Amino acid sequence: MSDHHDHHHDHDHSELSETQLRVRALETVLTEKGYVDPAALDLLIETYETKVGPRNGARVVARAWADADYRARLLKDATPAIAELGYAGRQGEHIVALENTAAQHNMVVCTLCSCYPWPVLGLPPVWYKSAPYRSRAVSDPRGVLKDFGVTLPNDTKIRVWDSTAEIRYLVIPMRPKGTEGWSEDKLAALVTRDSMIGTGLAKQP
Amino acid sequence: MNGGQDLGGMHGFGPVEPEPNEPVFHAEWEKRAFALTLAMARPGGWNIDMGRFARENRPAGEYLAMSYYQVWFAALESMMKERDLVAEDEIAAGHSLHTPKKVERVLSPADVLKVLHRGGPTERETNTKPAFKPGDRVRAKTINPPTHTRLPRYVRGRIGEIERVIGCHVFPDTNSLGAGENPQWLYTVRFDGRELWGPQGDPTATVSVDAWEPYLVPA
Repeated sequence: MSDHHDHHHDHDHSELSETQLRVRALETVLTEKGYVDPAALDLLIETYETKVGPRNGARVVARAWADADYRARLLKDATPAIAELGYAGRQGEHIVALENTAAQHNMVVCTLCSCYPWPVLGLPPVWYKSAPYRSRAVSDPRGVLKDFGVTLPNDTKIRVWDSTAEIRYLVIPMRPKGTEGWSEDKLAALVTRDSMIGTGLAKQP
Repeated sequence: MNGGQDLGGMHGFGPVEPEPNEPVFHAEWEKRAFALTLAMARPGGWNIDMGRFARENRPAGEYLAMSYYQVWFAALESMMKERDLVAEDEIAAGHSLHTPKKVERVLSPADVLKVLHRGGPTERETNTKPAFKPGDRVRAKTINPPTHTRLPRYVRGRIGEIERVIGCHVFPDTNSLGAGENPQWLYTVRFDGRELWGPQGDPTATVSVDAWEPYLVPA
């Protein structure tokens, strides 16, 4: 079997953590057993590295800002409205859109794991999955917003959504002033990932 | 289970530290661990709730000391070993040493996008009626199952208001045990900050969870 062993020795072992080695070993075992096809793994990775990410969500938000009928459909039943733009599926089977206003700011967390609307935002950033965010988002949302450099007016109510089931939440940030008449493409460039989680605001033009 | 995963309201973890221009993955092994986890679910024969339980079902200190993809990978290893799909001596050797088990639905490249696009909807048809309606006051039950549940500790025993009847959805508490999907009515329940956190709560903040009917009683 030594001739099948080559790729384990491509690198000096001292450079590889135990986890790296175990992941590599498990992939080899599962491939040899016929349980996984490495080409399918490559495609999964490529999909989430290059195709599915927060640019998708930004397009949804930009359309909602630009098109009142679309906004109404999105707020009424987000899953089909988002599917109109071609985004659907895994970890976004049941999506609810939450509109931020001057009166209410929405913020999304998953205290129990890392639930996140993949089709529109991609895979969650490390901070979203981390203990500091998951512990404090529900008990001290204004403090968490401060960590992101966001301070809301005292009379803005904060609404935190803990994603404990298979419902995924997408925040529609407030549209910045001075963007009247902008194209959807131009609007989408103002929509950040964090503004769609509720830990940020849309960029000012 | 009351494990290291149930973090809502804990103190001592410090500030949130966003990483500017964060890459999707931070190491090559994270990519492979992520993809292996997605690809193995169908041939491995486990559902999403079993997967979540496999991640949280470890000593709390260990859970908190691991990175997120380390947790994913440890869960993948444990689920595969439990089902005799792979053995420790094989991981140690980096090669298959035993006859593979027969598995179904191996993910082919041609199916990847189709499978992702389809996802795994959890809403189910029912002929039952929801027990609660929007505006009803409910108390989250005090429960402490050592098995998987999606009722976080910080709402147990607290009174909230039904905001929305979501639909009838697969019940994780049984689905995680292989005891059936057992669909139950699911609600968005909103709690006031002061009800959850007392004097330390933010009176301008509310928090909601999505809670299945068996978690709730009228208040």
